Amino acid sequence: MSRTTTILVCCGTGCIANGAYDVADAIEEQIVAQGANAQVELRVCRTGCSGECEQGPIVRLMPRDTTYYKVKPKDAKAIVESLEGEPVKKLLYRDPDGVRHEAQAKNPFYGLQHKTVLANVGVIDPLSLDEYVAAGGYEGLKRALDMTPDQIITEVEKSGLRGKGGAGFPTGRKWRSAASYDVFPKYIVCNGDEGDPGAFMDGSIMEGCPHAVIEGMIIGALAIGAETGVLYIRDEYALARDHIQHAIDDAYEAGILGESIMGSGHKLDLSIVRGGGAFVCGESTALMNSIEGKVGEPRPKYIRSVQSGLFEKPTVLNNVESLASIPVILAHGGEAYAQVGTEGSKGTKVFAMVGKVKHTGLVEVPMGTTLRTLIYDIGGGIIGDRPFKAIQTGGPSGGCIPERLLDLPVDFDTLTEYGAMMGSGGMIVMDDRSCMVEVARYYIDFLCEESCGKCTPCREGLRQMRHILTEICEGRGREGDVELLEEIGAMMTDASLCALGRTAPNPVLTTIKFFREEYEAHIKGRCCPAGVCPELTSFRIDAPACTGCGLCAKACPTDAISGERKEAHVIDAAKCISCGSCREACNFDAVLTEGR
Amino acid sequence: MVSEEQINRIVQSYPAERRFALAAMQDMQHAFNYVPEQGLQALAAHLGCGVAQLYSMATFYKALSLKPKGRHIIKICNGTACHIRGSVNLATGLKRELGIDPGETTEDGDFSVEMVNCLGSCALAPVVLVDGTYHNKLKLEDVPGIVEHYRAQDAQEAREAAEQGGER
Repeated sequence: MSRTTTILVCCGTGCIANGAYDVADAIEEQIVAQGANAQVELRVCRTGCSGECEQGPIVRLMPRDTTYYKVKPKDAKAIVESLEGEPVKKLLYRDPDGVRHEAQAKNPFYGLQHKTVLANVGVIDPLSLDEYVAAGGYEGLKRALDMTPDQIITEVEKSGLRGKGGAGFPTGRKWRSAASYDVFPKYIVCNGDEGDPGAFMDGSIMEGCPHAVIEGMIIGALAIGAETGVLYIRDEYALARDHIQHAIDDAYEAGILGESIMGSGHKLDLSIVRGGGAFVCGESTALMNSIEGKVGEPRPKYIRSVQSGLFEKPTVLNNVESLASIPVILAHGGEAYAQVGTEGSKGTKVFAMVGKVKHTGLVEVPMGTTLRTLIYDIGGGIIGDRPFKAIQTGGPSGGCIPERLLDLPVDFDTLTEYGAMMGSGGMIVMDDRSCMVEVARYYIDFLCEESCGKCTPCREGLRQMRHILTEICEGRGREGDVELLEEIGAMMTDASLCALGRTAPNPVLTTIKFFREEYEAHIKGRCCPAGVCPELTSFRIDAPACTGCGLCAKACPTDAISGERKEAHVIDAAKCISCGSCREACNFDAVLTEGR
Repeated sequence: MVSEEQINRIVQSYPAERRFALAAMQDMQHAFNYVPEQGLQALAAHLGCGVAQLYSMATFYKALSLKPKGRHIIKICNGTACHIRGSVNLATGLKRELGIDPGETTEDGDFSVEMVNCLGSCALAPVVLVDGTYHNKLKLEDVPGIVEHYRAQDAQEAREAAEQGGER
């Protein structure tokens, strides 16, 4: 009897960057080289992101459920040889006690997750329609085709689904409102312009399970009566674009898209528009302008897109992750979906957890999971077990959350009460070596570049904030600067045209709220407590702690460090550019920082 | 090299509708490493809109550039994860190697350096993308080696081209 072993090779962007294609090629070569085994039918499957990007490339054998991490092409031989026997020990997950585990669920990074949207990402071949169907794909659409638009919308309303792009607007309500207009044509738009720095959830979903997004769009189109849909995908996401295009082509071929969706007589055409590389185009009305072939500036908000959106027709615009949740809701019912999550935020949320956390990657957890669980239980804590300082959520519109708020449940509403927000799902963990003032300046700098310039509060407010923050970081801060920043921030929140401008001061306002003492230290003490701002930091080596290993001297780009082997080293202040490379290199915390 | 024929081929591959303006300019960017002025003229004529309208788009969208870019494009990811793991230091390192700031191209036209927003490989920060190849978890000390790698590759190609030319 023949059994099938599937070798899943993660080919998400992260693993590809780590050499996943070479690993997949090497495994395929080894299968040929070692000869076909009559008992085992082998299949190498290049999947989407399996999550723990930092440990990539990841190879998983199914159905035996053996997961290998950090696989190199040279490991292919051992992996193929041991398909039936003992696993390759050194590639298995090692728990903190040093015990190796085969099953993925034994790794807390996976074991504590609740995969719904990501259920098929990293498990099926994203380029295969058959695999998606075998995994239960297009079941939701089949059910939707037997329902009236009103019934579909009711199902989505029951699920409690809210826009996962960050705004949290109830998806069902948006659809009902668009369905209520008798103006045609109508449009459905997928916002795949994931611009938040530090976020790659939507890209990974499009790469790893493109059909789920397409299925969600078809169901949405049926609900509101649209016959045309557009996916606006970020310019930087080449792989996501390829996979979506491939899935669209397959869906047309299979009669799922086109003149008659699965023979129902309903029509839907989908196409991709490639983004132009402008952050503001993630804003819904700016995105629509961009699709129309205009400069991506937002439109005034008193006209609602559900009434007059793309080409001035009723338009529903949903985020990738929201759309990918729709098939699950239709297949299993809205009530089942609403079982998970909190009172006001149902279901799950995908987060991209990055920064100074041990296990970086893509995670999906129920709404309401605490930040502490995310960072310490799933993420494994801070790199080098350094002290946690802050977690930045929600991208440039979000905020920095301090240690004392880590036990708050993460959902649409709770963090907002504390002046931060969950946002689209980017989570950047920062340790004691991250300067909060510099982080605020980084975001304002980013937003300054990305502000479209249409309205004055955003354009000028950001420019002034950038100037003040730069002065503070470079040691020219003045008394009253913090208050001035607060005043400008309040003005921008009140007066900006679109959400970009209204939320732009958040990184500054939250860092002032939670880390005011760091601002004070920069302005009054002329020092950067984190040792990041070069103009306010000098480095020196703590002689008793220095072992004389020489790593710092090797890392120094300006050869400013000297010393005999096994003797304490010294930094030549005249040559030092305060880049901090020595501190990163030192394993003994012997590089100290102080003000200048 | 920019050729009128290639520009026309790109322009004519789209229906004369304004909504295809961005896609056509992205194709030019891809083909020529920038959007040439003749390209804007030809596209405006095709779409029946003003050159100024296309110019406003070309200056608005980051994916488009009106100046020729270098042969190798080094993109330093400055997403948040890369930023807090030292992407700015990488820019300083590249400046030391190449003498240019992000946004500039070396005089010999070999390299362009750009600071870009998140490349979506945050788990591997800091990341630098050179001509589509990812370089992960970089340290400042790795920078000279990367530049040297592409210089050596160019020199090798130039040698091979010269040898082939010699045989003929």
